[in-house]
Amino acid sequence: MSSNVNSVKNTLKVALGLCVVCSIVISSAAVILKPMQTANEILDRNKNILIAAGVFDPNVHTNADVAGMFEEFTPRMVDLDEGRYLTEEEMQELGLNPQTYDQQTAKNDPAISEALSGSEDVASIRRRADYATVYVIQNDQGEYQSVVIPVSGYGLWGIMYGYLALESDGNTVRGIGFYDHQETPGLGGEISNPRWQAQWPDKEIYNEDNEVAFRVVKGGGQGEHQVDALSGATLTSRGVENMIEFWLGERGFAPFLRNEVRS
Amino acid sequence: MSMNKTILIKPIFADNPIALQILGVCSALAVTTSLSVTLVMCIALTTVTAFSNLFISMIRNQMPSSIRIIIQMTIIASLVILVDQFLKAFAYEISKQLSVFVGLIITNCIVMGRAEAFAMKNPPIPSFIDGVGNGLGYSVVLIVVGTLRELFGSGSLLGFTVLPTVANGGWYQPNGLMLLAPSAFFIIGFFIWILRNKYAEQVEKDEFVMAPHTAQKGAH
Repeated sequence: MSSNVNSVKNTLKVALGLCVVCSIVISSAAVILKPMQTANEILDRNKNILIAAGVFDPNVHTNADVAGMFEEFTPRMVDLDEGRYLTEEEMQELGLNPQTYDQQTAKNDPAISEALSGSEDVASIRRRADYATVYVIQNDQGEYQSVVIPVSGYGLWGIMYGYLALESDGNTVRGIGFYDHQETPGLGGEISNPRWQAQWPDKEIYNEDNEVAFRVVKGGGQGEHQVDALSGATLTSRGVENMIEFWLGERGFAPFLRNEVRS
Repeated sequence: MSMNKTILIKPIFADNPIALQILGVCSALAVTTSLSVTLVMCIALTTVTAFSNLFISMIRNQMPSSIRIIIQMTIIASLVILVDQFLKAFAYEISKQLSVFVGLIITNCIVMGRAEAFAMKNPPIPSFIDGVGNGLGYSVVLIVVGTLRELFGSGSLLGFTVLPTVANGGWYQPNGLMLLAPSAFFIIGFFIWILRNKYAEQVEKDEFVMAPHTAQKGAH
């Protein structure tokens, strides 16, 4: 019996059988659960767009409210280098759809992204996609109410992903929200804390010379371009500052804001 | 039946996997900053240990000894992936906080240790119960650590404020150390101390004995 179990034939049979059973179980679970997981991810991202725009209050609203509130926002695609919206034709030509476009995946596609040189890459993200989806609220006359832009940058442990909402002037901050990060819970992880995020609204990004003047500073952050750093999380705070400097700078959304929003 | 009960109860205090066998300490440090995350981790680990024990025990007589460990790892890894998929689908917020630690259940010594030590030698039902028991033993330690860390580190329990912190306009100055991994070492140390006071037989014999002082010769 024992020699039979340990024979080469039986070893191969058991190994093969186990692999088949395990792979069938796992792949069917992955396929069946995929729609729910994607729905969760999109819900979480949309919720953070709403949090950034300052319309979603976790104490008042629930996940069920997200879809309805999100309808106010129009997703539009931006060409970052040229600083303008993509036209319908261009989007068709490139095969891009603002609803499904994933900037994180696009970042690694050489056709629609580019590597950043060391001096440009202040947020340590290495590559940047050429296009981004922004979310805008415009009134019937086409005047902007708010613009929400995606931002990302390296913190302490990994890249932090979030959304920054700006007022119609393309300069005043309306709010910020993070939907993915690996910062230390309780320290750098406090970037997700609504109390810390509450100091962002009404701060201004650019100074009179149109340079990014926004800073994350220790000890108060009372100035019009400043927010208070997180205690015990110097590197995370610096990462947030670098992230804003990059994405509101010339390699980020500055050309777009200048051409489309601030004019 | 009473034997099954012993298998279930014994690992909780008398033969605790963390406190006595010192297995699976790494995740006890990593996921215990808040109690809700801790609870999900406990459920995930108990599920994986119980079912990996069950399945490994079911095929233990067909298992060629040369690929024994690989088979165990395959079963454990499959179960962990399943748990991870379910968490992503049904408890997305918590799976975000647990992030990599669900995947690391694969390397948790408790799962592998129980598969090798118990499930390979015992029938499926007692093996399943042994898995549940060891999962509960792990859970007891994690819940104690998680409760203390969240209470003193953030002033809350399961997200509800118990001690209003200074940052939120209260009086309690949170203990920052509690949010960092080393605090779990201290708490687990105290846990083991209390446990060994109760179960004196858990105290190991000294590995060596200090020699008595010898009189100094020609001093001064």
